[in-house]
Amino acid sequence: MKPVRKIHGLAVGLEMANVDTDQIVPARYLYRNRSEGFADTLFHDMRSDPQGCERDSFPLNAPEAEQATILVTLDNFGCGSSREHAVWALVDAGFQAVIAVSFGDIFRNNAHENGLLPVVLEEHEVMHLLQHVKSGPAKLTVDLETQRVRLPDGTCFSFDIDSAARENLLLGRSKIDATHSLMSTIDAFEEAYLGRHPWSE
Amino acid sequence: MTGSKTLFEKIWDAHAIRVSENGESLLYVDRHFIHDGTSQAFEKLELAGHGVRSPHKTFGTADHYVPTRNGLDGLTDPARRAMVLRLEEDAKRYDIRCFGFGHQHQGIVHVIGPELGLTLPGFLLVCGDSHTSTHGALGAFAFGVGASEVAHVLATQTIWQARPKTMRITLDGHAGVGVTAKDMILHIIGTIGAGGATGHVIEYAGSGIEALSMEGRLTLCNMSIEAGARAGLIAPDDKTAAYLKGKPFAPSGADWDHAVAHWQTLASDGDAAFDREVRIETDNISPTVTWGTSPEDAVPVTAAVPDPQGEPDAERRARMIRALDYMNLKPGTPMEAIAVDRVFIGSCTNSRIEDLRAAAEILKGRKTRIPAMVVPGSMIVKAAAEAEGLDRIFAKAGVEWRDPGCSMCVAMNGVDVVGPGERCASTSNRNFAGRQGRAARTHLMSPAMAAAAAVAGRIVDPRKPLPGGA
Repeated sequence: MKPVRKIHGLAVGLEMANVDTDQIVPARYLYRNRSEGFADTLFHDMRSDPQGCERDSFPLNAPEAEQATILVTLDNFGCGSSREHAVWALVDAGFQAVIAVSFGDIFRNNAHENGLLPVVLEEHEVMHLLQHVKSGPAKLTVDLETQRVRLPDGTCFSFDIDSAARENLLLGRSKIDATHSLMSTIDAFEEAYLGRHPWSE
Repeated sequence: MTGSKTLFEKIWDAHAIRVSENGESLLYVDRHFIHDGTSQAFEKLELAGHGVRSPHKTFGTADHYVPTRNGLDGLTDPARRAMVLRLEEDAKRYDIRCFGFGHQHQGIVHVIGPELGLTLPGFLLVCGDSHTSTHGALGAFAFGVGASEVAHVLATQTIWQARPKTMRITLDGHAGVGVTAKDMILHIIGTIGAGGATGHVIEYAGSGIEALSMEGRLTLCNMSIEAGARAGLIAPDDKTAAYLKGKPFAPSGADWDHAVAHWQTLASDGDAAFDREVRIETDNISPTVTWGTSPEDAVPVTAAVPDPQGEPDAERRARMIRALDYMNLKPGTPMEAIAVDRVFIGSCTNSRIEDLRAAAEILKGRKTRIPAMVVPGSMIVKAAAEAEGLDRIFAKAGVEWRDPGCSMCVAMNGVDVVGPGERCASTSNRNFAGRQGRAARTHLMSPAMAAAAAVAGRIVDPRKPLPGGA
């Protein structure tokens, strides 16, 4: 997993709330192997009509949006299905951060595991950013070390992030390796736990 | 008062192995379920070079991709067929017990866990599926995770979690005639919103919950995720123990007595505090149906499609307009005037025996006007329904009786799909755009309302008399 520190890139806006993971990657693409990639499935049915023609009105279809690394959106982004493919599709399409008013819990955890930085800002701050990208993708800096989002005019918004997630993202570390070093603690806990709850064995 | 704990806090504390410097807890996992969409987690496990630590604590079943008729031949797409077979291969390689396609215990993972007694009160249970919240109906802390966390659980039998906040939703009073657990949960989501419980674990309490059957409680907890909740729980009571007694994997003998004694200690202490409290009058809930593309778009079946012009919040107004456009509905149209093209009765929300009985009660002696299918939640539910003759009632009504699986709820097997522009009356849990098929339109409702829609060819109040019947 690539460490995340400072993302200085183009931001694109998706001014919608409750964008569920079925919208991010439709279920019919989920059977692919991870190595096949999911970039082409990102927002598939929002991007194009059933005949396969791209919808001009969809912000990610703007030619400059191809280079975007930051997505700005509203409440409850990534709600619904637990499919990690939603995060893979964003990462495969080049996104490194998503800024939203709130996230679905499972999506946020999945993002942490794949080097995608989920940033929660106040609604008025997100509206300010959406205004900034209204006429098309625009520059933005997201700094995980200082926990700040900065616009080119110097406007700054600070954000909170779970400190465990921050550390793992900064180090590019996946949890599974960290946990493996605790195996003897887990074994001891398990023995005592199963002694008290033998029906769990 | 210090020392008082909620049900959730008791389970959390009993499973906390350690707390990291930055406040995350490492939790012990009692039970882990996998399904035929888990291959990428095994890929990840292999890439990381880990094995499965405790194979006997993980159980597998095929549900997402399985065909619901004509056996495996019903699955025409080789890539999807490979997913069903891949589960069995992965399970075999790691010595994980698997109820694969054709097994007598196969079914939707959230149906089989409780019915086999694999899900028990006080357990911490995870699965790579968001509707894992279902299992909370038995008083377990159960939640959905992504593929990376599935790999983590397979490798370590633990999971790191930041402690969620607590929320109690109290439903007091009596449910009216024709009001089911599905109507209750749609009403709750309509009240608190699709993100209303984000970051929280919900405990459902009150006389309205105590009165629910286990099947009803499973339906209620199932859709906790549609309000954004991490999990939903109900305190175990006598009904819970009676439901579990004698189930194939439930404890027996002295273990059973110890387990029941432990379960009796799990209910929230009388003075335990919750971060949030919501009260809902059960008496005020009507048979409920959705009009839009989020489960929060729920209204009484007697109401009309809402008008975005009456919505003061600009963002919400824009979302309503988009939803109405997608659903091809006009504001002010009575919900009961909406014609539907097909009916789906099934899914981890509403495919248990009680759901099928409710549908059969409406369909008995009547004919459907539109294509309709009933997909039982498991082989066990299927056998029970056939023993009661429900399959014959469905067949006589012109309803297709299928084999168990997720089927048209998620349209992943490639054949149980709602066509573009078609309108489906569905007992499933998500009316998201494209969920049941590209450009498909979904109205969520109870099994009784869906059965009534099949007879009437439109959305109808299931309390009203339908023509015919026996």
